[in-house]
Amino acid sequence: MLQIDDVRVRIPVKGGRWVEAVGGVTLAVGSGEIVGLVGESGCGKSTLGGAVMGLLPSGSQLSGQVLLDGRDLRGLTAEEYRQVRGNDIALVSQDPSASLDPTFAVGAQVAEAIRNHRDISRRAAREQAVELLRAVGIPDPAARYSDPPHRFSGGMKQRVVIAAALANDPSVLIADEPTTALDVTIQAQILHLLRDLTVRTGTGVLLITHDLGVVAQVCDRIAVMYAGQVVEQGTVRDVFADPLHPYTRALLDSQPAAHHRSGDLPVILGQVPDLTHPPAGCRFAARCARVHDRCTTAPPVVETQGGGRVACWLHDALPPVAQEVS
Amino acid sequence: MTALLDVRGLVVTFPAPGSGLRRKRVHALSGVDLTLGRGHTHGLVGESGSGKSTLARCVLGLQRPDDGSVLFDGTEIVGLRGSALRDIRRRIQPVFQDPLGSLDPRWTVGRSVRESLDAYGVGSPPDRERRVRELLDLVGLSPDHADRHPVQLSGGQRQRVGIAAALASGPDLIVADEPVSALDVSVQAQILNLMARLQRDLGVAFLFVSHDLSVVEHVSDEVSVMYLGKIVETADRADLFANPVHPYTRALLDAVPIPEPDARLVHVPLSGDIPSPIDPPSGCRFHPRCPLRVDSCSRERPALTPVGTLNSADHTPHLVACPVVLPARP
Repeated sequence: MLQIDDVRVRIPVKGGRWVEAVGGVTLAVGSGEIVGLVGESGCGKSTLGGAVMGLLPSGSQLSGQVLLDGRDLRGLTAEEYRQVRGNDIALVSQDPSASLDPTFAVGAQVAEAIRNHRDISRRAAREQAVELLRAVGIPDPAARYSDPPHRFSGGMKQRVVIAAALANDPSVLIADEPTTALDVTIQAQILHLLRDLTVRTGTGVLLITHDLGVVAQVCDRIAVMYAGQVVEQGTVRDVFADPLHPYTRALLDSQPAAHHRSGDLPVILGQVPDLTHPPAGCRFAARCARVHDRCTTAPPVVETQGGGRVACWLHDALPPVAQEVS
Repeated sequence: MTALLDVRGLVVTFPAPGSGLRRKRVHALSGVDLTLGRGHTHGLVGESGSGKSTLARCVLGLQRPDDGSVLFDGTEIVGLRGSALRDIRRRIQPVFQDPLGSLDPRWTVGRSVRESLDAYGVGSPPDRERRVRELLDLVGLSPDHADRHPVQLSGGQRQRVGIAAALASGPDLIVADEPVSALDVSVQAQILNLMARLQRDLGVAFLFVSHDLSVVEHVSDEVSVMYLGKIVETADRADLFANPVHPYTRALLDAVPIPEPDARLVHVPLSGDIPSPIDPPSGCRFHPRCPLRVDSCSRERPALTPVGTLNSADHTPHLVACPVVLPARP
């Protein structure tokens, strides 16, 4: 189980300045649970994934806690982190071609992922790799074991990457836009596979995506990020039925499917704030249709009736989340 | 409706990369018909290898077909050269997915928009400066933007510049290939609204190519669904989305992840991969993945056939290329 607690990430940029890419995020992923982390470009969702994987740009500063099964990953050495990656946490990214070595048989790459972390014979690793390829839906896996990646379609390559990621029964899988590069009928297959595997293996998934449709289809819970912060989180059912944060509402409203051609789509005016100088109060205030004087100070994080959280002055009558520090 | 664009029997093949002496070819388009009315938007959807971008390139005169015809306002544009081609191109303008790729990074926004006016000799030089400002205003940019470079703009602003440049020559048709695919959803909504407004105000028609069915549903008057170089279904937008007939269209609509947790997919709508357009399946190209296939599907190539009844001459016929789902005709 993954517990992210008040994580902040500052990344150095030109001129000795810093971008606060993640500004105090608290989030948990339980066993067998798929949590959708959703937001637009530059909101910090992939940086947060990088913080969990120990793969931040060099010179970055990380504060807060990243607990995996109770163990704080923040103090790990590079070598210790290498042991954790691919074993306790694994990554599936957008482009499967970048994750696979083009010169090696796909089966050998899955077998290598197993042998990197476990002391078993080549033959046993090969057998397990074939079973993993079968589990992710590669037809005739024993015969396809020796094929190089270019013999596979994009969807099949992503299945291989998922097989390698799951090779050592990780507690948590970070899936960063895993279906964004795939065609829609293939995307449906991969989402179904992810859903099915989490149920069978108990692996928790942090699914990073810009697509609210993907979240609605496969996730149990959703966390909405804006300008480096989670503005709202809760069960998918609660948040889609009754979004409490104005940004969540605006994001849902700007989906074309919800409106057909009845007229203009609602838009969010203005620009994302410059995160080298994040605004003091609510970071969405400058673009918010319901902005108020109070929004110049940081909003309270309150607990919703369904057990979710929202960071907005509109809901300050709800009980505050006890352990949250702002 | 009067057809502004009438595409008939379009065939395009390319040499397959790395096929050497065996001379295999990619079958990008294999006999495509499409009609677009003045001031209308025709949405073209399909997955990888469907040929939708190749069709767009043929309409823009950027790709010469092996066979078939592209009539624009009554003029055949296939094989057109020189000044005749230039005159037509002025009336058919492109908008691409990534404006960074189509805008010169060294030029200011003003110069990029002006380039189109210069190229087609629109107005006198002082008129053109004024026209640049008008065009920027039309797409929701301020006159200050004229002095900026593409890298200084956001993705949405760059796409506005791309649209302003396309509008400069006063086109009747804009061919938009994935114009909002690189944009975040809130910015995408702004660009879709802008395109709808331009259509209302200027009467410009759009051939709108996209892999995103919700976007196509939002913008289109008519929609064609492509699969491996063929159109499998064409209909009015409302008709297509309410009554999809072709098994591929149905599966495609089912596969779209809709943002409603109560409408979760319980099964995978379509198994298997999209076959390669280098060696497309015989007969109906969809038959290896089709849940409704019968023996004849692997032999016979279905033609687009009207389904249902037509009650007015103005109504777009609902055409489907699948004999299995069509009722037997008397």
